Amino acid sequence: MNIHEYQAKQIFQKYGVPTPRGIIANTPEQAVANAGELGGSVWVVKAQIHAGGRGLGGGVKLAKSKEEVRELATEILGMTLVTHQTGPEGKLVQKVYIEEGANIEDELYLSVVLDRAAEMPIIMASTEGGMDIETVAHDTPEKIIKIAVDPAFGFQGYHGRELVFGLGITDKAEQKKMVDFAKKLYTLYMENDAEMIEINPLIKTAEGDFLALDGKMGFDDSALGRHPEIEDMRDISEEDPDEREASQYGLSYIALDGEIGCMVNGAGLAMGTMDTINYMGGTPANFLDVGGSANAETVAKGFEIILKNPNVKAIFVNIFGGIVRCDRIANGILEATKLVDVNVPVVVRLDGTNAAEAAEILKNANIDNVIAATDLGDGAAKAVAAAKGE
Amino acid sequence: MSILVNKDTKVIVQGFTGGEGTFHAEQCMDYGTQIVGGVTPGKGGQTHLGKPVFNTVKEAVAATGATVSMVFVPPAFVGDAVMEAASAGIELAVIITEGAPVRDMQAAKACATKNGMMTIGPNCPGVITADECKIGIMPGNIFKKGNVGLISKSGTLTYEGANQVVKEGYGITTAVGIGGDPIIGLSYKQLLQMFQEDPETEAIVMIGEIGGDLEIQAAKFIKENITKPVVAFIAGQTAPAGKRMGHAGAIISGSAGTAKEKMDALEAAGVKVVVSPAEIGKAVKEVLS
Repeated sequence: MNIHEYQAKQIFQKYGVPTPRGIIANTPEQAVANAGELGGSVWVVKAQIHAGGRGLGGGVKLAKSKEEVRELATEILGMTLVTHQTGPEGKLVQKVYIEEGANIEDELYLSVVLDRAAEMPIIMASTEGGMDIETVAHDTPEKIIKIAVDPAFGFQGYHGRELVFGLGITDKAEQKKMVDFAKKLYTLYMENDAEMIEINPLIKTAEGDFLALDGKMGFDDSALGRHPEIEDMRDISEEDPDEREASQYGLSYIALDGEIGCMVNGAGLAMGTMDTINYMGGTPANFLDVGGSANAETVAKGFEIILKNPNVKAIFVNIFGGIVRCDRIANGILEATKLVDVNVPVVVRLDGTNAAEAAEILKNANIDNVIAATDLGDGAAKAVAAAKGE
Repeated sequence: MSILVNKDTKVIVQGFTGGEGTFHAEQCMDYGTQIVGGVTPGKGGQTHLGKPVFNTVKEAVAATGATVSMVFVPPAFVGDAVMEAASAGIELAVIITEGAPVRDMQAAKACATKNGMMTIGPNCPGVITADECKIGIMPGNIFKKGNVGLISKSGTLTYEGANQVVKEGYGITTAVGIGGDPIIGLSYKQLLQMFQEDPETEAIVMIGEIGGDLEIQAAKFIKENITKPVVAFIAGQTAPAGKRMGHAGAIISGSAGTAKEKMDALEAAGVKVVVSPAEIGKAVKEVLS
């Protein structure tokens, strides 16, 4: 689960990680009032969406008067912001964060993520703040410092030294501030079961302070149960409504732009099915994993969600029954065709436990648009042909 | 021969009396696995499925001589359960539970390594040595005995791959579902080495996915250490980018972990890479004949 910048900064502040002061607003009036409350003469109006690249997309702007705060907030609230991370459809901006301006002297990059290979969290830092970090990693990998921290022993002095010397920070007071910053960030990463924290840029002000000018946080979904206060930060308007509806039924759904709807058990086989459709000359319309406990209701829901997509010209049901019995899935499909108007050809491949019984059930039901397939390759070929109207 | 487990392996079940634990323990026993008991705190002294229940893993190990534990406890307790197994002298923990917090698994894996315990999973179908021992949730009937070893991140693709191998007239020595979570136990490298040393295994099927760089590491390892033929499939060639992986996560490995990158690396290591899982069986036949 991801959260907004303003929420990440609330967590930062709780742990004493310095940030500029800011207040969230839903309306231009609130934005102006927030600017007044913050004081000063320069404010930043920042669109709150779950995607990077907001500045380049026109979602982060500097205001030098309260009137300008009003104008910018009016412009940004309700705009559909398109960045390299939102996809071409963009995201609707419903909140703006009004933040005090800062005297930026230098821009750095700092993040904490899990290093899967090292099996421990890693602190990444770079002097190339404010840039697309992927570009930095690609063009100048030597400018990225990586420091693994073993949670069994925690953040030690040497982690801090590697960081500040790596970043070329020589002033003693500044060194101390940066080490403190990173240590607190590591602590909050661990204590909140974060999946990633990224601060880009982390600025050094003219006064010699380090501030998190931006903040991105993602959390381990499996650990949200022990962090109700973070679960409360969930913004469902940031989530795809179909994906969300699917997840309520234990289905994992991701829309794609092809023509063949897929219903599969297991994420690996689901991806493998999409790959096979592609290999046979078709295009998958979605990823859909019905999980290990598929039943008539979830199968029906799956059909319903797939068929909402007007591009779908055929559906490929590909189930390898392990503990899930194929005869139950077959009955689920029959049940689903009664509950949902399935108006496209459905190719069904059921293999594994009780596959023979399942084939018999589907054969006896004799539904016009259900086409039986013997294996994965056969099913994909039939689905591709059906989508082409063959 | 086989790797990791066989007909003599003594297994206990952590989370023995729960719904999942009970159902799958019974299935494993039907397959022939020597389930010698189980652990459910507070239910020690009872009998379940005809086997003794213990309060702690330590007691279970002392009483039964079990060396392997199959872990079915709920996600929030998996880390604790794995550490308990490691401290009690268990040699291999097979962790089936899905949805364990990553931080807990990080600590549990570190603890297991320190205690010399191997782990498989979490969030995996388990391990099966055909016709001898099934520790997990896979449909046992698919896995006929033969000379192909199988390693897979995905559960249902494990079944798909094994089924095709069998349909082509071959069979399986041992199949291991390693799981696709951020922190996993045994991985491709160790298992490839075990299959290389297993005299009965003549070919290896390796099934991977997008994300991370385990398959890239495996490719390097195969090039230098594996002389047996390897067939590989990487799921997710058509998966949309950026859906599961954070950008920062992709940077660590120095690569985006795309299917193409992994397939290229494996091909360069002499592996027979198939573009669809529907081709796994045929490819095995090709490398073995």
